[in-house]
Amino acid sequence: MKPSSFDYTAPSTVGEAVALLADEEREAKVVAGGQSLIPMLNMRLARPEVLVDITRIPELGRLHVDAEGNLRIGAAVRQARAAADPALRDGWPLLAAAIERIGHPQIRNRGTVCGSLAHHDPAAELPTAALALDARFVITGPRGTRTVTAEDFFVATFSTAVEADELLTEVVFPPLPADHGWAFEELTRRHGDFATVGVAVVLERSPGTGTVRTARVVFSGAAPVPVRLVATENALVGSDAGGQALAAAAGTVLAGLAPSDDIHATAEYRREGAAHLLVRACTTAWERC
Amino acid sequence: MTPSVPTPLAARTPPLAEPSAWHEISLTVNGRPVTAQVESRLLLSDFLRDRLGLTGTHVGCEHGVCGACTVLVDDEPVRTCLILAVQCRGTEIRTVEGLAPGDAPLTSVQQAFHECHGMQCGFCTPGFVMTTTALTEQSDRPDGEQVADALSGHLCRCTGYRNIRRAVCRALDERFGE
Ligand SMILES: Cc1cc2nc3c(=O)[nH]c(=O)nc-3n(C[C@H](O)[C@H](O)[C@H](O)COP(=O)(O)OP(=O)(O)OC[C@H]3O[C@@H](n4cnc5c(N)ncnc54)[C@H](O)[C@@H]3O)c2cc1C
Ligand code: FES
Ligand code: FES
Repeated sequence: MKPSSFDYTAPSTVGEAVALLADEEREAKVVAGGQSLIPMLNMRLARPEVLVDITRIPELGRLHVDAEGNLRIGAAVRQARAAADPALRDGWPLLAAAIERIGHPQIRNRGTVCGSLAHHDPAAELPTAALALDARFVITGPRGTRTVTAEDFFVATFSTAVEADELLTEVVFPPLPADHGWAFEELTRRHGDFATVGVAVVLERSPGTGTVRTARVVFSGAAPVPVRLVATENALVGSDAGGQALAAAAGTVLAGLAPSDDIHATAEYRREGAAHLLVRACTTAWERC
Repeated sequence: MTPSVPTPLAARTPPLAEPSAWHEISLTVNGRPVTAQVESRLLLSDFLRDRLGLTGTHVGCEHGVCGACTVLVDDEPVRTCLILAVQCRGTEIRTVEGLAPGDAPLTSVQQAFHECHGMQCGFCTPGFVMTTTALTEQSDRPDGEQVADALSGHLCRCTGYRNIRRAVCRALDERFGE
């Protein structure tokens, strides 16, 4: 199918883009990589009056590590470029692994990191990775610029803290502790598909003691937003990440996750899958510590 | 009675539902400069096929799943059904027609698909060929996982993927040595 008609504009500054989004006369929508939006236009599930293409705004094309050691990814940075960046691969390998699980290279060549986060499909990889890595989101609109945490950013399926007249300009990943290991695991039917359920794990090792000092555990595909399970994290902290500790942690997953049934899987299947993924992910993360 | 000469039908540009807009775009397609007026909503796939007559780029699903419409935009394989023509201002596009124009010999990728019988009906083939062309243009040889990842972006309804994989491996051997 073909999109219904709309106007298209490609501003060259964030200010111009925000003015276009704030125009009350016409319903405007941001287009970045278009890898989620254009299928929706083709199927006429979305009918915006104006598309605001933000990929020609030079300041949004930056990916860099700032003076405090934070990784900052601008809204026009494509997924393939981010995943290939040496600084990202070196300092935030979980993020690279998450990106590499998005669809296929042909999609990642166009899709942006921020576009996936702003779109917020509950089965998508990047929202889960962003919560696991404690990312912050820089949002600019007619009322100015604000920064929100990952906890506050994801609101519901296809819904985030970004209002219709605002732009997610940048996502910021803080530096990780030195003694940490990570893993990103998914249960998918086919390579490249959206996952039925997935997990991102970051474990920090206490220097000297060989026990888990901090843990972050986040699931995708288990609710309308990425789910951080504090009970699971608590079960891991202080343990040796061995068999017994992992069994206990898996138990907290079975008790703590409340996914729903859908066409792809029953809630029970998701819960069990999640518990298995957790054990596998923690084992990998601990080996990497 | 002399047969009456039929009056020609007057073709006209259909009125556009508002709001819309036309844009002038300039880009390069298969090494040749192109300037055109395009409506905002025109997909790159339709621009190539209907406006430029380059029908080698096939359209299957029109929502990014099948890969038949894949071309190289600035040397990267991408879906033309998920890009607006207007977004391609200033880019360099290569389609399957650009690989061996006129009487030029087939590229090693095309030759490998030919020799390994990497097709049956050929509908999916232009997409596979363009993605494989990009693989052979990387600076390093892609590993098995990268090849699988790239090919998983294409659906073939005829062949099973064995011969396609053989063709891709042959093309990579040719380019990078065995
Ligand atoms: C075949 C196929 C397979 C896919 N598989 C996966 C997969 O396995 N995992 C996965 O996570 N995704 C998958 N996707 C989706 C893909 O990753 C998209 O690239 C991504 O979700 C959206 O990024 P984009 O830059 O293309 O955004 P767009 O499509 O341009 O935009 C998506 C939405 O976000 C809004 N938006 C975009 N950028 C901003 C911004 N900076 N500020 C405010 N709003 C913004 C848009 O208005 C729109 O509503 C797949 C897509 C296809 C076609
Ligand atoms: S037609 Fe573009 S991917 Fe199917
Ligand atoms: S050869 Fe027929 S679809 Fe692939």
